Amino acid sequence: MRSFSRTPAALLLGLLFGLGGCAGGQDQGPGAGRLAAIKARGTLSCGVDGKLPGFSYQDSDGKYVGIDVDVCRALAAALFNDPNKVEYRELTSSERFTALASGEVDVLSRNSTRTLSRDASGGNGLEFAPTIYYDGQGVMVPVASGITSLKQLAGKTICTENGTTTELNLADRFREQAIPYTPVKYQTGDQTYAAYLQGRCAAVTSDRSQLAAKKTSFPDPAAHTLLPDVLSKEPLGPVTVNNDSGLSDALRWVLFATMQAEESGITSKNIKEKLAFAKANPNQADLRRFLGVEGELGQQLGLPADFVPRIIASVGNYGEIYSRNVGSESKLKLDRGLNRSYKDGGLIYSPPFR
Amino acid sequence: MTALPWWRDSRKVGWLVQAAVGLGLLLVVALLLSNLEHNLTRAGLRLTLGWLNQPAGFDIAETLLPYRASDSYGRALLAGLVNTLRVVGIGLVLATGLGVVAGAASFSTNPLLRGLSRTYVEVVRNIPLLLQLVFWYFAVFLTLPPANQALQLPGLQLAKSGVYLLGARLVNGELVGGWRLSLELAALLTGLVIYSAAFIAEVVRGGIASVPKGQWEAAESLGLKPLATLRLVVLPQALRVIVPGLNSQYISLAKNSSLAVAIGYPDLYAVAETTLNQTGRGIEVFLLLMAVYLGLDLCISVLMNGLERLVSLKDR
Amino acid sequence: MSRPSLQSWRRQLFGSVPDTLLSLGLGALLVWAAWGFLHWAFGQAQWLVLRANAATLTIGRYPEAQEWRLWLLLGLLVSLTGLSWGLLRGRATAAGWPLNDRIAAGLLSLLTLVVPPLLAFGGLNQLRLLFLLGLLLLLRGLAGRWLAHRWGQRLAQSWPLVWAGAYLLGLWLIGGGLGLTPVRPSDWGGLMFTLLITSLTLLLALPLGVLLALGRRSELPLLRWVSVAYIEVIRGAPLITLLFLGQNLVGFLLPGGLAPDRVWRAAAVLTGFAAAYVAEAVRGGLNAVPRGQLEASRSLGLSTAHTLGLVVLPQALKVALPALVGQCIALLQDTTLLSIIGLFDLLGIARSVLANPDWLGRYAEVYLLLAVLYWCSCSALSLGSRALEQRLSSSNLRPAHR
Repeated sequence: MRSFSRTPAALLLGLLFGLGGCAGGQDQGPGAGRLAAIKARGTLSCGVDGKLPGFSYQDSDGKYVGIDVDVCRALAAALFNDPNKVEYRELTSSERFTALASGEVDVLSRNSTRTLSRDASGGNGLEFAPTIYYDGQGVMVPVASGITSLKQLAGKTICTENGTTTELNLADRFREQAIPYTPVKYQTGDQTYAAYLQGRCAAVTSDRSQLAAKKTSFPDPAAHTLLPDVLSKEPLGPVTVNNDSGLSDALRWVLFATMQAEESGITSKNIKEKLAFAKANPNQADLRRFLGVEGELGQQLGLPADFVPRIIASVGNYGEIYSRNVGSESKLKLDRGLNRSYKDGGLIYSPPFR
Repeated sequence: MTALPWWRDSRKVGWLVQAAVGLGLLLVVALLLSNLEHNLTRAGLRLTLGWLNQPAGFDIAETLLPYRASDSYGRALLAGLVNTLRVVGIGLVLATGLGVVAGAASFSTNPLLRGLSRTYVEVVRNIPLLLQLVFWYFAVFLTLPPANQALQLPGLQLAKSGVYLLGARLVNGELVGGWRLSLELAALLTGLVIYSAAFIAEVVRGGIASVPKGQWEAAESLGLKPLATLRLVVLPQALRVIVPGLNSQYISLAKNSSLAVAIGYPDLYAVAETTLNQTGRGIEVFLLLMAVYLGLDLCISVLMNGLERLVSLKDR
Repeated sequence: MSRPSLQSWRRQLFGSVPDTLLSLGLGALLVWAAWGFLHWAFGQAQWLVLRANAATLTIGRYPEAQEWRLWLLLGLLVSLTGLSWGLLRGRATAAGWPLNDRIAAGLLSLLTLVVPPLLAFGGLNQLRLLFLLGLLLLLRGLAGRWLAHRWGQRLAQSWPLVWAGAYLLGLWLIGGGLGLTPVRPSDWGGLMFTLLITSLTLLLALPLGVLLALGRRSELPLLRWVSVAYIEVIRGAPLITLLFLGQNLVGFLLPGGLAPDRVWRAAAVLTGFAAAYVAEAVRGGLNAVPRGQLEASRSLGLSTAHTLGLVVLPQALKVALPALVGQCIALLQDTTLLSIIGLFDLLGIARSVLANPDWLGRYAEVYLLLAVLYWCSCSALSLGSRALEQRLSSSNLRPAHR
């Protein structure tokens, strides 16, 4: 058998060294200067759900739309002056954080709930951008079942998605109230809602906005109703990895910019006039700083000076994003509730741009 | 006789090649590990197993091992493993039974039975298991009627709330008593057993075909009936060929049980997926999974090798 | 072959009391099952879901503006198939087509005439398919009549190269770049994606598997250990854990930004996975090659590479052929697991179609179509391998018992 040995050895050797050569690239982890890497690449890679109307889904032209998508578009607009320079990657709830931590995606914008253990470096080690949607967990049941409260779900089966805060809250609430139940968990929202509609479970639980969004696509939306109970607080927002303040700061202030714009009454329709107004009036210090006419706010973030006008011109302010995707101008018609600007008694609030 | 130049000396070349391969491998592994270490430090993560003792906080639909949401991740994973073992255990027994019957049936004198056995094997083997699983779950089991109109088969009741064995009764519109299987488990078992049994049938067929025809004829001339011939004369001899073949089919079945995740049955892989998402411990969970599945395969192999020795000893 | 007479059928079915009971029972069962199926197929099933999604199931979300490239590719494949068919079979008989060829041509024509209208393909597409059928048969005829006699020998030698070229051209047509609008791998889908990734993986896994098999039989202990460890670890793990590794954990092991597109990573994982099984199949073949062959070729003064390439491997692969085809079939089936990690292979795209509430509950119709497609592909592979086996069975090598 001696003669078998040499040729394959040489071939294997070549293969291994080839691999070694591949792996020995520049020393750059997923967190190291991500912002610079994104700029060099020319596109932003964004992890989204992709199947959730209002947050991220493909419209009939195959284009991604939704609040979560607009987060990515805003960042791309700030970086490249082109909101379309985004590569979307659909992620299931159970793979999303691993995909982010391993550097698969730059930003995870997939209706993710901010929690301590996800944020902490001793936990998932993530970095949460400001909350863009204040939500709570709800439970949906068929109207015909006659169920009107959580207690009536005793002994019943409840469908939910694997790897979410939802399954944790569900366990907590039902344990507190000593209600026995059986959770059936699926890998994707598709399977969860399909099983619910086929009658596998008496109820399905998720964020209330998600339930409302999914309900609109049911064959008979009126046949399903949300229970009044709110099981938890679900502040949803985009996420980046820990220890990369370049990217997380940029993302944070890109989002604050959309909120500040709403507070200042700047919209995608009047941005040109506001910009001209700011340039013509040296006394409008706040506006001039915000729109990058004076000062170096953008530069401090590693973004272009005019990043705010770029964002507002291409995706609009927070109010526009909300009403276009989930609010009055959308199919979902969700009330703004907690997501009103603080000026209207809501929680949406931007720290000062100075 | 002059000494060979070193490059013609196959022993020296052999060592050189090995040294090069070893070095290359070390280099690759070192690079990957240093990248891993680098990337983990960047993300502020450390490889540890301490989280296994933390409370898991999520419920699992069905567990043989008693488990509550307040138990640890470690126990949750253990409960998942027990669920996997349950499917593999029941699956092995049922698939072997069906496989032996189907394999033996392909030697039947009745053309109808023979044809049926061949058709079954040819159809099932050529359709992907995952497709069969989602078919059974979504197209068959999820379309069952509610409990008060349950399908009645002898000793078996099928309804949306589950599959009931051994006499469940209808009380207030719900089935109680008997032995209940959840729809997920029932669909998983159905799919796995039907798929694996087709491969086992082929192994059994090969084993029976390896028994010389003379053995059949001798048994017949001794006045044995066909079924008795099969049981007493042919199968014991065929086992020597069948058992090694079964080994790899059993390992396949064990690995294939991980497809449970596609239809919502909480097996080890599904619980691991939940765990890794709640803890963010991707690498650790992956290594644990690999170790457990390799261990499971090893156990099956050891058992089957023991069985192989047993059947081959009988021969002497 | 003699046809069994009516009498022998009767004897086999109703020869004894148990046989009669068995036959009647089975017969009743079959009739009941057939009746149930027909009742469902023509009563309850709503086949509209297939018509409405035929294009999506075939090519996924491939941009409509670029579809002409796929038609071109199909045309190329059809032309090459026609020519190869003619070259392979034309030489056998000088006059007229052999019976099998006529049957195949008839079946193909029937399929092309019946299936597209059933699936409500557009009129233009039906015409295109008819044109392609005509092209296929024409080229088969021409190649069989002219090419096979004049240049058959010479063409047959360079034919693999032609196919390899066509394959690369096909990849370019699908993926774009170099002058064509690029279509990202994540937009490839459906049946096309399944066939593409299966063939690609197969082409890469075969050489890798042969290397591993040789490594496992090497005299050098390190090579042997590495090969054995690789093969056993890979064969011991469920594919889905490896796919997960490739999709989500590889980023940890590579320097930032170096990980290629996830489709390629999935293909790499599938390749590595299949290679371990291919290696075991090839090892069975290597074991069957008698030592004498080796010694003989050495005494002829052949180098190691020549001994391997010209003497050992051809024989080993011939013996391993059935096992290798078995692995091809397994690989084709394994591609369905890509749907679990969110890629749009045939099953993945079907599941995403079924997630649309418009088609809620139409599982049976869609999955049945998929089952038929997979069944046909896998059966075709095993039929083809059996035919090839018969052609190659000049030698009397058998796989040795392990």
